[in-house]
Amino acid sequence: MTDATPTAGIPMTGAESLVRSLEDVGAEVVFGIPGGAILPAYDPLLDARSLRHILVRHEQGAGHAATGYAQATGKVGVCMATSGPGATNLVTPIADAYMDSVPLVAITGQVPSMSIGTDAFQEADICGITMPITKHNFLVQHAEDIPGVIAAAFHIASTGRPGPVLVDIPKDVLQAQTTFVWTGEVDLPGYRPNLKPHGKQVREAAKLIAAARRPVLYVGGGVLKARAAEELRRLAELTGIPVVTTLMARGAFPDSHRQHIGMPGMHGGVTAVTAMQKADLLIALGARFDDRVTGRLSTFAPDAKIIHADVDPAEIGKNRTADVPIVGDAKAVIADLCDAVRAEFADGHRADLTGWWQRLDSWRETYPLGYENPEDGSLAPQYVISRLSELVGPEAIYVAGVGQHQMWASQFISYEHPYTWLNSGGLGTMGYAVPAAMGAQVGRPDATVWAIDGDGCFQMTNQELATCAIEGIPIKVALINNGSLGMVRQWQTLFYEGRYSNTNLGTRRFIPDFVKLADALGCAAMRCEKAEDVDATISKAMAINDQPVVVDFVVGQDAMVWPMVAAGASNDEIMAARDLRPSFDNPEAV
Amino acid sequence: MASDVTRHTLSVLVENKPGVLARVASLFSRRAFNIDSLAVGPTENPDVSRMTIVVAVTGLPLEQVTKQLNKLVNVLKIVELDPDSAVQRELVLVKVRTDAQNRSHVLETVSLFRAKVVDVAQDAVTVEATGAPEKLAALISMLEPYGIREIVQSGMVALSRGGRAISSAEPRLRPIDRTA
Repeated sequence: MTDATPTAGIPMTGAESLVRSLEDVGAEVVFGIPGGAILPAYDPLLDARSLRHILVRHEQGAGHAATGYAQATGKVGVCMATSGPGATNLVTPIADAYMDSVPLVAITGQVPSMSIGTDAFQEADICGITMPITKHNFLVQHAEDIPGVIAAAFHIASTGRPGPVLVDIPKDVLQAQTTFVWTGEVDLPGYRPNLKPHGKQVREAAKLIAAARRPVLYVGGGVLKARAAEELRRLAELTGIPVVTTLMARGAFPDSHRQHIGMPGMHGGVTAVTAMQKADLLIALGARFDDRVTGRLSTFAPDAKIIHADVDPAEIGKNRTADVPIVGDAKAVIADLCDAVRAEFADGHRADLTGWWQRLDSWRETYPLGYENPEDGSLAPQYVISRLSELVGPEAIYVAGVGQHQMWASQFISYEHPYTWLNSGGLGTMGYAVPAAMGAQVGRPDATVWAIDGDGCFQMTNQELATCAIEGIPIKVALINNGSLGMVRQWQTLFYEGRYSNTNLGTRRFIPDFVKLADALGCAAMRCEKAEDVDATISKAMAINDQPVVVDFVVGQDAMVWPMVAAGASNDEIMAARDLRPSFDNPEAV
Repeated sequence: MASDVTRHTLSVLVENKPGVLARVASLFSRRAFNIDSLAVGPTENPDVSRMTIVVAVTGLPLEQVTKQLNKLVNVLKIVELDPDSAVQRELVLVKVRTDAQNRSHVLETVSLFRAKVVDVAQDAVTVEATGAPEKLAALISMLEPYGIREIVQSGMVALSRGGRAISSAEPRLRPIDRTA
């Protein structure tokens, strides 16, 4: 937040007060679309001094763009829509931001106060609709409340466990005359996030860490939210403990670091998944024991004690009982853990991890991530993504949709820095990539931003490429076009005897022709169908910086994501590849 | 009734703002917690309302309920009331069929329970009673043979015994590392 000086009683409308409040709270950009009920707010937006409005093509795009902006910058993302359908189109991105704990403020117009509850034109009870998918929401009843509500919304969205906040403002409140006073203060007696960890719990945790012989640092998105990547690295290097980074935490710890043993979960690496299964201690930092990570919960990490640190007390013990619960901000928790562990080590308590590392290294060697080229000679999607990683490098931001391409992007791109990997983890929102990449590019104008999208996802939200072209937002899109809803198709291959019900999108028949479509949307467009052309195509795309680029990579449709733990199965049943079940239990136990 | 059901009485202080009841109710249904009874009313502080929620918990621990409630921005404080150290009351109105022959028996039952008659008609009396749930259940079962025409019952309200008030009580169900 900016340290704007309190301004005493400037007469203005509610709408002007809203725009002033957004400026004073430090918002730089709003993604949105005007409409009847929000119209009064759009007039003063035209005169805003420090607030840029980006006109999107669909409110869902506004919401995901605000999310991408927030994920890439750590700042609060802002989106705006009108009442009724404008507001309901924000529901998916709001639910997405709720699941992935993204600081988002959504501002919606509402029908005039007198009309609320009468089924008026474009009326929807958006506060009621979003109650279970927002951290909090407000229906503003008086224009003089606007500055306080905006300050509170930004405070709630960005502190504690971040999340989306919706502010619904009736049209008459926007039109009303008021006096604007900005104090930036919030009065929320029922909202007090616990940021500072309890010293006794931290010392208990340090004892377990010093004594554990097969520990794993289970790092979740909370570490990124707390901007604690530096502290994490210090803790990891101090202890020598292996690190797994979840889908939401890719980039929180460098992939190239010797102690990084991969991503856990349904499509995690064999080493990461198995290390957790065999561990005697899991140190969960800002992670929530999601079903995609644990597999069948009753058989997850059966021998492990659990240290669970999270800023949200309700996460602790929700899925797996914690032996040492720590409520606190990950940055503070990890810093305190470093001190406490150092004290344990100084007292001569330190278990030897050599045997554990020998086992981990042997798994790493035996079961590296890999893929086979398709037998039909078609382009391997994993190859395309590996080459992107190699040629574009770890400074770029990668934004995925949801499905096979997302998993390959999480596996085959090397992440070295925080906030370089954006995706829809919890909700699994197809269509996230293009608008989120747009938002990330707006927040990080100097970074190269690549959306890695599937042909199914792309057809849900590609309209925002028009926004990118007109607003000068030069994202790049690597379309992993396998002609089908690939992840669903993979499940049909594995679990429905290859009966491909409604997963063929027909994009093999060039309906749509993505090159023509991208061209029509104002993008540079190219197609690549052969492995030998991949490098040159990527280089060509990288050379274009004055407009968005779409590359239609036509890839084989039979490629599958491996490793895989089938839904509901135990993580012990991980398959390294089709029909390849790793065997671990050579008795050289530690 | 399944044997693993436990009942808990939660006293919840909330900000007196529109939509708070909907938020609490929505949270309970979303997280599949069963509300047995719920009563909301004003407190000594006009900005604060007090909810008494009797929740039936199966499987999921009560802790998860209170933690989720605590996450609501409008929720100020939650205390679980121990039935042994709290006064718990419900209000019931019962319309009982009566005639000239049995009216005196009905009135006798009413006075035994220290209840009172609040309306009389040719063929019915309406009885008002307050008390703990067991007492009200006993009253109703005694009146049943005469013929009960209708019943309306309030949610339970409860206060801890002794001199302490909820606003001064330790927030026992606040984050778990404070109690650990």
